[in-house]
Amino acid sequence: MEINKNKYSIIVPTYNERLNIALLVYLVFKHLRDVDFEIIVVDDGSPDGTQEVVKQLQQVYGEDRILLRARPRKLGLGTAYVHGLKHASGNFVVIMDADLSHHPKYLPSFIRKQLETGASIVTGTRYVKGGGVHGWNLMRKLTSRGANVLAQTLLWPGVSDLTGSFRLYRKSVLEDVISSCVSKGYVFQMEMIVRASRKCYHIEEVPITFVDRVYGSSKLGGSEIVEYLKGLAYLLVTT
Amino acid sequence: MKHIVKLLILLVAVSAFWIALLETVVPRSYTWLLPVYFIVSLGCYGLLMVGVGLMHFPTCPQEAVLLQKDIAEAKEFLKQRGVDVDYD
Repeated sequence: MEINKNKYSIIVPTYNERLNIALLVYLVFKHLRDVDFEIIVVDDGSPDGTQEVVKQLQQVYGEDRILLRARPRKLGLGTAYVHGLKHASGNFVVIMDADLSHHPKYLPSFIRKQLETGASIVTGTRYVKGGGVHGWNLMRKLTSRGANVLAQTLLWPGVSDLTGSFRLYRKSVLEDVISSCVSKGYVFQMEMIVRASRKCYHIEEVPITFVDRVYGSSKLGGSEIVEYLKGLAYLLVTT
Repeated sequence: MKHIVKLLILLVAVSAFWIALLETVVPRSYTWLLPVYFIVSLGCYGLLMVGVGLMHFPTCPQEAVLLQKDIAEAKEFLKQRGVDVDYD
């Protein structure tokens, strides 16, 4: 079996994820044996002591495997990735959420898919067989499905899960795509994958399961639908 | 080429076809209504896709159970090594 000589930088933006980050790090190390990787925690000045926990994790796993690259306050997801990228030494970058809705056990399947196909981007999808969600009520499923159908009809994006944020990128590709994105929040995730699709990057999908967060408070809230429609219109016209 | 340009070209092509139809033997009353039929069909198709997708929305209740196991395992390991995993 060929040895995988790639290095994977896993960027995890955090805000008040004191417990989740510890659990996440344990699970990443559990599922990525024999893989060269580093975890870059981009914490936006969490008041709950997330950074202290990360430092404890560094004592257990090593400061070369867990990088803490904090910022003074909440500065947004997109810039968190850019910040993490600056410190990434791998040739591949994984982005994932800190709240365990993205389970590290899928990391090997992302890596395997990329090695098999030579893809530039591997994105996790919740909407195909083998994937799925848990903890969503009917309303949430309805809005998710409706949003997805609308986006598919308007944008022809070439992927089944547009708002997902569990992805593996070739580092150079992420740098290229992220420099042309201007949206915020989850529209940002959509913009990333749509722009990548327009630039004809090779994108593959793997099924993932998404269990709604167990600990902490969700960052979702507010007039999502309006923001989403505005985001779609923006993507329709500018990509 | 931007996506919106592609869509507009498609729209123009279909419109040209429709206008051409207006000039031919096909009864005018039908032709005038075609755009309406098209939009209604598109709407119905969209609703159908949403409904079908909703019916077949993949769920994974067993994953929640597995996650709880993973969390317990992680807490056990980390507590022994001095990482603060007590959640209030």
